[in-house]
Amino acid sequence: MAHSTPRRLAGRLARHVLLVGTAAFALLPFIWMVSLSLKPPDEIFQAEFRLWPTTFAGIENYGVALTAAPMFRFLLNGLIICTAIFTLQLLVCVPCAYALAKLRFHGRDTLFSAVLVGLLVPPQALAIPHFVMLYVFGLLDTYAALILPWVISAFGIFLLRQFFRSIPDDLIHAARLDGLGEFEIIWRIMIPMSAPALAAFGIFSVVAHWNDLFWPLIAVRSEEISTPALGILLFRDDEAGQFLGPLMAGAVIIVTPLLLGFLFAQRRFIDGLAVTITK
Amino acid sequence: MSVTALDENRPVRPPARESAATRSSEAKVGWFTVSPALALLIGLLFGPAAAVVLFSLTDWQLGSTSFQFIGFTNFTALFDDPTFWKALGNTLLYVALVVPGTVFLGLVVALVIEASPSLRGFYRAMHFLPVMSTMSAMAIVWGTMLHPTIGLVNRALAAVGITGMNWLRDESTALIALAVIGIWQGFGFAMVLFVSGLKSIPQQLYDAAAIDGADGILDRLCIVTLPMLGPVIMFIVILTASRAFEVFDSVRVLTQGGPNYASEVLLHRLYTESFDFLRTGYGAALTVFYLAIVVALTLTQAKLLERRVHYA
Repeated sequence: MAHSTPRRLAGRLARHVLLVGTAAFALLPFIWMVSLSLKPPDEIFQAEFRLWPTTFAGIENYGVALTAAPMFRFLLNGLIICTAIFTLQLLVCVPCAYALAKLRFHGRDTLFSAVLVGLLVPPQALAIPHFVMLYVFGLLDTYAALILPWVISAFGIFLLRQFFRSIPDDLIHAARLDGLGEFEIIWRIMIPMSAPALAAFGIFSVVAHWNDLFWPLIAVRSEEISTPALGILLFRDDEAGQFLGPLMAGAVIIVTPLLLGFLFAQRRFIDGLAVTITK
Repeated sequence: MSVTALDENRPVRPPARESAATRSSEAKVGWFTVSPALALLIGLLFGPAAAVVLFSLTDWQLGSTSFQFIGFTNFTALFDDPTFWKALGNTLLYVALVVPGTVFLGLVVALVIEASPSLRGFYRAMHFLPVMSTMSAMAIVWGTMLHPTIGLVNRALAAVGITGMNWLRDESTALIALAVIGIWQGFGFAMVLFVSGLKSIPQQLYDAAAIDGADGILDRLCIVTLPMLGPVIMFIVILTASRAFEVFDSVRVLTQGGPNYASEVLLHRLYTESFDFLRTGYGAALTVFYLAIVVALTLTQAKLLERRVHYA
């Protein structure tokens, strides 16, 4: 037993050494990005590398990023689009999920099978017809083009239905006896009681659409309605983007909001994602 | 996304209690509440999916007013196109690199994080950051890290006396570099899934193994942890594979499929054919092929999940 304490200590140390190593792999691009965003060009191209700049050029770099490209506009667009998508998804998915979970009507099982089939279709496979539809209605290069294709979410319906089913029927019976209509039941019982599922779905939805590049690249050309993921590319392709410092500053501005959101609510984020995907 | 085994046969509530009148009103409310979702499912999902199949059988080009049904000509053209085979081969190679890397690294990190409570939450959060980050921006950052002269990678290699290369511009390394970026982005997600899998292993199993004399780290790992994680591992493998098949952002931002198609992948090919060259019919054929692969993968995933439910 005498040797167990130093062995344990060595084990603990090994754990931290290994995790610091893998965490470094995960964090290196972020550290590198911030480091470059604070440096003047000559230091970026210098043969010798320093993490912290000798001449601090952070203010210039971030200034260029913010003035040469409408960075705040990109962030605002991301906010507008993600909010709109998630709100509309809820308006469509919650009632449907409620009916699929708690109401009995002819054709319900068929509809649920359709939702399951819908889960199979990757969104990228619908890009051509969605593009054609938006083209026909003259909606390309508008907010609508970024929002409309995502209003329906088979995943959202599926996830919420599973959760609604776990809410006891007796609660709904009691509510009906109290004279509550079905929409009041949804609004006053189902929604408050399924906050964890709604939050998890919200995380999925916002992360997916904030970070998506594929669809904005197809649907949008103008800088004014670009999402963050597309905006940083437009900035790179601009002349201003030739300078690495401002480009990295732009990347920091684009990446930070979601990461901050995550760091503030990480337990909920991680548990929500894990539960949703494995349940 | 997952399709769990569902106990469809269980009645939603006991049928004896209600009258015919509440039933018919329930049916009315039911159809009323699902109608927007149903309309959108058809209009935005199933309709478009059918349209892609239809487009793939025509010679239509976006913007042109007429088209003809040309049967499977687009598919023949697709299968005759060497860049398509290159893209398919590269995608498979990318998946073959990213899946083991992501799953192995995710598993190791999860095991080591869960081995002790100290700094557990902190490590989890740090490893998870890449999952949350906007890939198009981080791809640009990776581009500078892999830059031949000023990049971090070659500078680090130079420090130990190794001459680096132009990773993203060299045919032999471009796809590998993208795979490393893919692993970087995804292994934190695998870790989180492994952590929740580890939490569901009952402590009694470890106690029982200890009584049988298996109390070393490796014994516990081989006798209890890995066998119990088996189904979770399968699930994560399939999930990682599905995500790897969708690789696009890093390719688009960093290599555009080059050099000389060395990093061309299916989804990027689909994008360029459909939206750069506006070859709608051809792009649709490629989409149908892509759709078939993803559907097959997802169905395998659902099947495995069903098995896992029986297993547990």
